[in-house]
Amino acid sequence: MPEGTVKQGIGASVRRKEDKRFLIGKGNYTDDINRAGQLHVYFLRSPVAFADIVSIDKQKAEKASGVVAILTGEDVAADNLGGPICGWVPTNKDGSAPSEPPHPILANGRVRYVGDHVAAVFAETLEQAMSAAELIDVTYSEMPAITDLKTAMDKPQIHDGMENNTYFDWELGDEAATNDAFDKAATIVKVDIRNNRVIPNAMEPRAAVADYDTGDERYTLFTTSQNPQLTRLVIGAFMLNIPESKLRVVAPDVGGGFGSKIYVYPEEAVCVWASKKLRRAVKWTADRTQAFLGDAHGRDHISDVKLALDKNNRITGLRVDTLANLGAYLSAFAMVTPTYLHGTLLSGVYDIPAIYTNVKGICTNTVNVDAYRGAGRPEATYLLERTMDVAAKQVGMDPAEFRRLNFIPKDAFPYQTAVALQYDVGDYEPLLDRAMAMIDYKNFENRRAKSAKNGKCRGIGMSTYIEACGIAPSAVVGALGGRVGLYESAVVRVDPTGTISVLTGTHSHGQGHDTTFAQLVCDKLGVDIEAVEIVHGDSDRTAFGMGTYGSRSLAVGGTAISKALDKVIAKGKIIAAHMLEAADADIEFKDGKFTVTGTDREKSFGEIALSAYVPHNFPHDRLEPGLEETSFYDPLNFTYPSGTHIAEVEIDPATGVVELMDWVCCDDFGNLINPMVVEGQVHGGIAQGVGQALYEEAAYNDNGQLLSASYMDYCMPRADHFPSLKVENLVTACTHNDLGVKGCGEAGAIASPPAVINAVVDALSPLGVTDITMPATPQKVWQAIQSAQTKAAE
Amino acid sequence: MYSTKYVKAKDIDDAATIMASAEDGKFLAGGMTLIPTLKQRLANPDCLVDLSACGLSAIADDGSAIRVGAMTRHVEVAESALVQKTIPAVADLAGHIGDRQVRNCGTIGGSLANNDPAACYPAALLALGGTVHTQSRSIAAEDYFDGMFETTLEEDEVIREVSLPKPEKAAYVKFPNPASRYAMVGVFVAKFADGVRVAVTGAGEDGVFRASDLEAALDANFSADAIADGTVSADGLMSDIHASAEYRAHLIGEMTRRAVTACG
Amino acid sequence: MRTITMKVNGVSTSHDVPDNTLLVSFLRETMGLTGTHIGCDTSQCGACIVHVNGKSTKSCTILAAQLEGAKVTTIEGIANGDELHPMQQAFHENHGLQCGFCTPGMVMSAIELVEKNKNLSEREIREGLEGNICRCTGYHNIVKSVQDAAGKMGG
Repeated sequence: MPEGTVKQGIGASVRRKEDKRFLIGKGNYTDDINRAGQLHVYFLRSPVAFADIVSIDKQKAEKASGVVAILTGEDVAADNLGGPICGWVPTNKDGSAPSEPPHPILANGRVRYVGDHVAAVFAETLEQAMSAAELIDVTYSEMPAITDLKTAMDKPQIHDGMENNTYFDWELGDEAATNDAFDKAATIVKVDIRNNRVIPNAMEPRAAVADYDTGDERYTLFTTSQNPQLTRLVIGAFMLNIPESKLRVVAPDVGGGFGSKIYVYPEEAVCVWASKKLRRAVKWTADRTQAFLGDAHGRDHISDVKLALDKNNRITGLRVDTLANLGAYLSAFAMVTPTYLHGTLLSGVYDIPAIYTNVKGICTNTVNVDAYRGAGRPEATYLLERTMDVAAKQVGMDPAEFRRLNFIPKDAFPYQTAVALQYDVGDYEPLLDRAMAMIDYKNFENRRAKSAKNGKCRGIGMSTYIEACGIAPSAVVGALGGRVGLYESAVVRVDPTGTISVLTGTHSHGQGHDTTFAQLVCDKLGVDIEAVEIVHGDSDRTAFGMGTYGSRSLAVGGTAISKALDKVIAKGKIIAAHMLEAADADIEFKDGKFTVTGTDREKSFGEIALSAYVPHNFPHDRLEPGLEETSFYDPLNFTYPSGTHIAEVEIDPATGVVELMDWVCCDDFGNLINPMVVEGQVHGGIAQGVGQALYEEAAYNDNGQLLSASYMDYCMPRADHFPSLKVENLVTACTHNDLGVKGCGEAGAIASPPAVINAVVDALSPLGVTDITMPATPQKVWQAIQSAQTKAAE
Repeated sequence: MYSTKYVKAKDIDDAATIMASAEDGKFLAGGMTLIPTLKQRLANPDCLVDLSACGLSAIADDGSAIRVGAMTRHVEVAESALVQKTIPAVADLAGHIGDRQVRNCGTIGGSLANNDPAACYPAALLALGGTVHTQSRSIAAEDYFDGMFETTLEEDEVIREVSLPKPEKAAYVKFPNPASRYAMVGVFVAKFADGVRVAVTGAGEDGVFRASDLEAALDANFSADAIADGTVSADGLMSDIHASAEYRAHLIGEMTRRAVTACG
Repeated sequence: MRTITMKVNGVSTSHDVPDNTLLVSFLRETMGLTGTHIGCDTSQCGACIVHVNGKSTKSCTILAAQLEGAKVTTIEGIANGDELHPMQQAFHENHGLQCGFCTPGMVMSAIELVEKNKNLSEREIREGLEGNICRCTGYHNIVKSVQDAAGKMGG
């Protein structure tokens, strides 16, 4: 193997190629981009949650300094523009189609949440646009806001014609078999679960710069997107009626996404629309307040969970009834997140013969809710892993042993769950054993006693999770209501001198694709990593692809790259056979060299590349010149990462403050390409899950005002909230992709919330506390202790 | 931010003169509250009078008190050997305001003039029985605070310096708001020869206040044990999404106990 | 409007800007130094941190007008030619960044932290980064980076 490739290929913690530009201040984020003569747009947003717009008087504002135009819902209607669409629509349990009420990009006659877009003000400077917006006189006829998930179904219709404020009523599983399991159960465990609403908070606020070229009649949109090709398709075909070829969408460096930058938002479409209408480039950048009010939120479920056990404490049935708050409008994955990305995960890592779930998607006067890191799977994992702890306690078993008893055994794969998925591979006990060893589980009671001596309550909690990622097989998705394919594209373009560009349809916004994907190339072609460039994010350059979310980029996009590389090698072998005057079958490719088997006759990869582009001595009768191959890979199944996370906390009962003392995890992501990057993804996921469990909550009041609309009130996890995180891996390779990889981006966020809450409840259980909702803030913990003590005293 | 005019005052009298000629001017000290307020268009002053060149940033020993110039940055107070030696509680308080960047810019005068109900310095001034000196008069702490974000300063009155009497013992313990890290409850306990003074910030509906029940209990017995649960009433305390009045009342007791213990 | 003269990354520069121009706008828009970022509007995220006269400062919370004659150092000004500053190098070596958006502020904040105290404990580093929010890394590798850099910076 040529020097250097071992440390650059699969399995090496190669330091990231993309780091330098970020570290020297040369990143290129959307807000860093300016176009000559650009206007700035400011969106006047609704200050009320639910109201009819009686009138909009913009006369005064139109005359204000610097103002070029003010557009409202009337202009949108006049131009017959569409709104954001749903990408995946499940069927109601009665066979009917769900409600998909229109989402005008500027409110037309009615506003439905605080932050709804009422008018777009275009001016020479942002300050001028903001000042003009203050002069717009909007008369609202207010209606009582509907914000409570439990009672929203009984309230007046938020969208005319949508009964019970219910977008859909969906079910999965065998209800009769599940009822039967409960009829025969030795133990029934009931748990009320609330999965709190959180706000993604990528550190880069969303932004868009749109420019229309009157010469070639073509639009360019720079935007903060996780999937620029989808943005192009949706804006072009569904919102603005622009031929796709006339719209170039570029997602340059993007400062984090976590799901919130999957969707097409009204602002981007307005910028594109106005850039032609006003014949000026248009720029919009959200401030953090707009991000709080306008970015899709995450989670927000209420679930009734019931678990049936037989006399041996084996799980025989699970029933979950969930209300999912989807907010005032639907965005791209709003409907699939609480259904097919949630209900299908309810078996967890357990052998559960009968499962039934009903999910209702509810409309409220709040900003829309959609996929947020993990998307449905954190909600499923949270309710299941909390229930496992409650059940263990109820039957008097150690939570670890109760889980172990119910694990799907390693010889049961492929394992068909009761909720549609077929797990291809996994081995859960070693992950549990390793994590327990890492945290010294067996000596925990000593540590609890030590903490108690200092007046602190110590607790330990675990989560043995699974997720379905690497989304997704297009045919399966289509059969379940998906409106898109979920393959991924890759183009491997070898230059005449042997350097390589890989054009991927995924998008990197922190995941390190520039490095990890390049490692795949180094590994296969034996070239130096510096010879490889990864290109993503520009619809004019890459093939159509589906973008980055659902921990799919390596499992799907990486496999596409791998397959395109195989095609390059296959073509290279034919060229080499010709040049070396050997039979195709006698050529082997290894360590960057094409060799005639058993001889020292060889051609380097670079020589073959040159020959492909300077085809003087070339098999023209068999091949076209050039060395560039494309692959569209459609996965055969989801991938199923799993693992055990264990948290240890210490609580000060005098204040209610929860301190995270230790964190261990052992995950199975299949084969690892870059362990350093994987570890980093796990760290970040854990932090987000801990944030949800202990600190973060999007709190609306009864009037539909978001009370936690800035970092003054929305608590983001900070460095001093965490101990050093201990992260390890074991491997069962995915059986159905070439790389044997599963995905790691969401695992931490999926696994961690129940581990934290199980630890908190464990810590407080000596005081009589049996449950606590997320986030377990100091106030909530203190109140739980007070209530338990009052109850004990009675 | 609305457009405005920026003027750097040469000295304190110059500052007052400029302010008097402005229609709706604001003094700019460290700017840690004022500038975010301006950015969010919550204020629209026609003039900002920068006090940074007025020479107001000395820290001096004044016998029974220390005198801290109004424009002294939090970091300077925190790192001052004099403050650390004479009233370590004040150095500690200053060293935990906001974050490091806030401490590099924020000033004691700005904090006191703004009188944010969750700011730390008001608790120190009130518990220590300090005095606010302006260009024209001296205002005792008791007469200085006038409810949330309100003080008895006149429109063109500038804080020159603050004197903080040296206590026998003192400590400040803060329970930070988890999100903003301002005080959700901050308790400054100061023991003087003639009695104990306890000031509470972050909790009161009218801003910083002295907790007379706690003072009485500590006058009788200066020990953490003197503060029984329920000593502090929830009446008049703030409630928000982070803490109910009841929880704040509890925290006041708890932070007071911790402050007394920290006094040694 | 006023003319502001300051030394940015060692180079004296003069520009006419409105009085209400924030330092961060002066850097990003007037000077084109877009490495300094804006991540919030309440002065809490720290993405905009630069050094003003050697002190780490949130450039979103100070007016350019306040800084007549000041020395300002941004993320673009800390490397020595092609040689990264030890803090930048440590972030690279320890995977202390993912999306890169908080990174400039994080690096600038960390440099001051280490310059003030080269023998920082892990806890002190975590507390010392209280003015910086990162959503990607869980801070783990940022803390490792700062520890590493502290060693290289003479700790």
